[in-house]
Formats: sequence, C-alpha cells, structure tokens
Amino acid sequence: MDIIVCVKKVPDTREAELIITKDGKDIEKGELVCDINEWDRYAVEEAIRLKEELGGSVTAVAVTPDEDEDLLRKCLAMGADRAIMVKDESFRGSDAHVIATALHHIIKDLPFDLVFTGVQAEDDGYAQVGGILAGFLKVPHATLVTQIEVLERKVQVHRELEEALMEVVELDMPAVCTIQTGINEPRYVSIMGIRKAAKKEMKTLNTSDLGLTEEELGDSASKVKIKGLSLPPSGKGAEILKGSTGEIATKVASILKSKGVLA
Amino acid sequence: MNFELTPEQRDIQKAAREFATAEFDKDLAIEHELNHSFPEELWRKASKLGFAGIHFPEEYGGQGYGLLEKVLVVEEFCRQDSGIGMALSLVELGSEIILVHGNEEQKKKYLIPVATGEAISAAAFTEPEHGSDITFLSTVATKDKDGYQINGTKIFITNGCIASFTVVLCQTDLEAKPSYRGQSTLIVEKGQEGFDATELENKMGMRMNSTAELSFVNVKVPAENLVGDENRGFYNMMDFVNESRPEIGALALGIAQGAFDRALNYAKQRKQFGQRIADFQVIQHKLADMATKIEASRLLLYKAARNFDKGKIDPKISSMAKWFSARSAVEVTEEAVQILGGHGYMLENEVERFYRDARVTEIVEGTREIQKNNIARLLIGKIS
Repeated sequence: MDIIVCVKKVPDTREAELIITKDGKDIEKGELVCDINEWDRYAVEEAIRLKEELGGSVTAVAVTPDEDEDLLRKCLAMGADRAIMVKDESFRGSDAHVIATALHHIIKDLPFDLVFTGVQAEDDGYAQVGGILAGFLKVPHATLVTQIEVLERKVQVHRELEEALMEVVELDMPAVCTIQTGINEPRYVSIMGIRKAAKKEMKTLNTSDLGLTEEELGDSASKVKIKGLSLPPSGKGAEILKGSTGEIATKVASILKSKGVLA
Repeated sequence: MNFELTPEQRDIQKAAREFATAEFDKDLAIEHELNHSFPEELWRKASKLGFAGIHFPEEYGGQGYGLLEKVLVVEEFCRQDSGIGMALSLVELGSEIILVHGNEEQKKKYLIPVATGEAISAAAFTEPEHGSDITFLSTVATKDKDGYQINGTKIFITNGCIASFTVVLCQTDLEAKPSYRGQSTLIVEKGQEGFDATELENKMGMRMNSTAELSFVNVKVPAENLVGDENRGFYNMMDFVNESRPEIGALALGIAQGAFDRALNYAKQRKQFGQRIADFQVIQHKLADMATKIEASRLLLYKAARNFDKGKIDPKISSMAKWFSARSAVEVTEEAVQILGGHGYMLENEVERFYRDARVTEIVEGTREIQKNNIARLLIGKIS
C-alpha cells in the first residue's frame, strides 16, 4: 500500500488579531504561528495507520512558496517515510487548479495506491485540490472521508454528508480521498520520531525539475483570483446578560434553545 | 556566534509545545494542585513520547539528545503549566549521577526504566542540619563485609515518596580531612528494610511533586550500589549540579514565560478608564521589563546548556543561569499577578500558582546566595 499525502502549512488565526496586507489580498502572517493544516494532520495519520497495518510506504508532498521543511519534517516525525517539497515563489496566490497541477506533476511518476489530501485548508477553505488532482490523475475520488477499509484492489470509504448522513462508497484503486477531521486521533510527534526523521529522505524540487511551464504557474495561470479581503464590520446584536450566575445561565439556556442549538 | 536553534531543536520545542498545549488541561492541573497529587498518567504519556529520557544515550533507553534539548522541553512544559511542568520535568532527578559516574550494570538497571516511564528517581543530599553546607553529613554509611549500612535522615527530597530509587549522599569516612573527601553516593531502592519516606505536606508551591523526609535505620546496601568511587560522592554531586542547575533554571524560565503570556493576553483584553490596560505606559513598562528578564534568562540558560553539551563545562555560567532565571521568574510572576489584579490572586487564573511555584527555583539545587558565592569564588579565586 503506497500512499501519498498532500500537506499544506497554514497560519493559526484562532486567537490572532488579523491584519490585511497593503495590497488587500492577504493577511499579515509575520507574527502568526504556522503549522500543518488540521485536515492534513488527519490525512497524514490515516496514511501512517494504513501503512502500519498493511505495509508499504507513505510519501508526504507539499507545494509551497515558502520554506516549509518543518511541515514535512513533522510528517516524517509522525511516521511518513519520505517527503517531497516543491518550492517556488510563483505559488504565492495560486489557486487550487495550479496547486493540483503541480501536485499532479510530482505524483504522476510515483507509484501509488491512494492519494490523500485534507478535505479543505483552514486558510482559504476551497476544498478543491483533491477533486482537481483526481481529474488530472484520471482516477476516482471521494470527498469528506471518515472511514477507510482497504479491500482487494478497491477501497470502501464512508463519506460524511449533511445531517450526519453516512454514505458508503467503493472506489477502484488507485484513488484520491479527501480526509475529514475526526477520522482518527492524530498522534503527537515523539522525540523518537524526530530522531528518525533526521535520517529520512527529503527531496526539494523546483518547478523546472517538474517540467512546469510559466503558463501553468502563478497568478496568470490561476483561474480563481483574489480581488480583496476584508474583516467583518463590528456588528450589533451582542446582548449583555445581567443577574446572578443562576439567572444568567437560565437565560443563556433559553436563548440557545430558541435558536435551535439545544434541543 | 550563533543564536539559532537547529531545525531539529525547533522540532523538539514544537513537539513539547504541542503535547503540553493539548494535554495539560487547566482543570486537571487545579485538581492535582488541590489534591497535592502527581500527574501520573501524563508522566507515562510524556515518557512514551521520549520526553523523559531525551538526554539519556540511546543504549540506556534515551533519545541521545543533550541538556539543551532537555531544557527546551522543560521550558515548554512549565510554560503551559508550572505545576505539571515541574512534576514531569523532575522525574529523572539524580539519574544523571548514575549516567555520569555509574558503571554499565547500574546504567542498564536504573536508567532504562526512568527513560521509558517505568520508574522515577530521586537525589538525596539535604539534611535537617545540613542544607547549603553539606561538606559534612550526619547520614553515615558504615562499611561492612557485604557493603554499607546507612543511618540518618534526609529532608526536602523531591520525588522522595514516589521514587523507585534514590541516590543518597552519605558520609563514608568520618575522619577524612577535609570532611567532604569522605562522602559517597549510594543507591537505595524503594522498600528496602529500614528505609522510610514521609510526605512533607503543605508546601508554598510545587504541590504536584512529592517532597519527602527520608529516614534510614540500619539500611543495608550492597557494595554494587556505590556510584562512582568511594569517598568521591561530593565531587559526583558537584558534577551533577552542573547539569541540574540549568534544568532548574529551565523550570524558572518556562514558569516566567507562561506567566508573561497570561499577563500579556490579559493586558490586551482588560479595559479600565475606557482603554485597554496595555495602553497604559505603566503596564507597558512592566511587560517590557518582564520580557527583557525572560530573554536574558533564556540566553544565559541556553549558553550554559550548550557549554555542557560541548563538554566545556563552566560552573560559573551554570550558576549565573540558575540564579538569574530563578530571580527573574519570581519577579516576572509577581508582576503577572499584579497585572491581573484581583483575578491574578485567584487560583483559577493560574498566575498566583506560577508565582508560588517559581519561588522554589531560588532555593533548590543551591540557593541564590550559594550560586553567587560560587560565581564570586570562580571570579576572584579562593576565598578563605
């Protein structure tokens, strides 16, 4: 079972004060802590679990404009066997189509049974790379995958639909799956893992190594272009509850009920 | 001159941070704080991930990294939670004496279980009558045909009640001149006849660590439990503190950073007189002072640890790193409580606990005053 996992590094914006860059098309990332995209973390874990159960190999792949060796070292420390990074400034602002093109150029010459991506990325949330990549590779794909069972040359996967509806589908291998969070419990990076990662192969390529042309790269090739980003205007509607703790709790509960959050 | 950590060291730092952030739950910490209990489950988890024996060689179950990597882990653990951090960071206390001076059998027997999370160790130097001055000890090990027989009392021993074994500094030659040339380090195992550990309750801080009084009544220790050479125990202890002092400094550094993080966050949220308190210059200067002290501590500590790893041990730098980080931690945590005001005084807002926990770092492994004596002696030369 040879599995390729596509990973991306994203800024942690949960508690950060976001500042829009001067050109209005990105956020200032200088002060933000960046780490592996949450969905990708589950994808890496799922790949490693399948390898540990069935044998084979896990290759982590990243396409990035930044020095993201640490992202791939993390995948290696978790248990991936090798890593490939394609770094090029022109990937800045690339849409899913361009990223999938680059990934396709890397993956098409590698042996694989399964390709995993996260369902989506925390930063831009497009949820497109997996699908487009499957199109390029001309293989079947399933999105929102929450369970994988490997059968003889096929995989049976569970897909999480709206209202917790579960769909079970069978795909011929090779195939692409976009992995949903919660499919497993990703492991922590261990010190043993870090030690082993230092001895594993990490390949850094540039776009010319992949035979990518300028027309296929960057802003000009992107079919989706960011026109601008803005922060939500501070709205009204906040209600400050007053009273004793008990009274406040009762009010909160009734509001949550009226909005359908609590049954 | 190079101030950068290696990519591998940064990975270790991140791994420690990721584990601590996810696992050191605030409510769990408060529960252990109130119950004075050791976070055993977290210790086992951390050990399984290789954090406990990170600086032990691979052949003794460790990960083969150095003191600097250990310091990075301790810092991250204590930054997330002072109490859990201290409890988890000190589980191998005393093992370093075996690592440096023990023989092959001792290393295999005692270090592997510590590195893999099967055992906790302790070191016992301090006595009711001998703290800063342990050049003469009342705990005496008398040699007989099978080994030694120990009698005496040790006090304030970290991990005392939970350690599987304790490295005990004893007087083995009562006639030696100077007296510290008649001391030896002996391993005493838990449950040995005549050996008893009693928990010392109600401490100011460090409540998730066991702190015990150890009593030895005719405790028979076989000759093979002698660590290093007979009558060289004081020197073994001095080597040990070169390694343990930066570790204590790292506790202090992490505690200071953790308190600072919380104070900074609070100062940016809390509004008084129509503005964030972080917009008042008086708070800004406090934060600037705190951050400066933390950064200076960090540089000293990393230098001490790096020197140790390169075999260029400079006890002066170890002492500087230890006392300065500890003092800074007390000052920083004190200001953190001040910035949080009434909220800071409450257990649930953590910084008062960080404050109490910081205080011990100025006392253990040589008080602030002893560190300064040490530095002065090395600067000026022999002070009679």
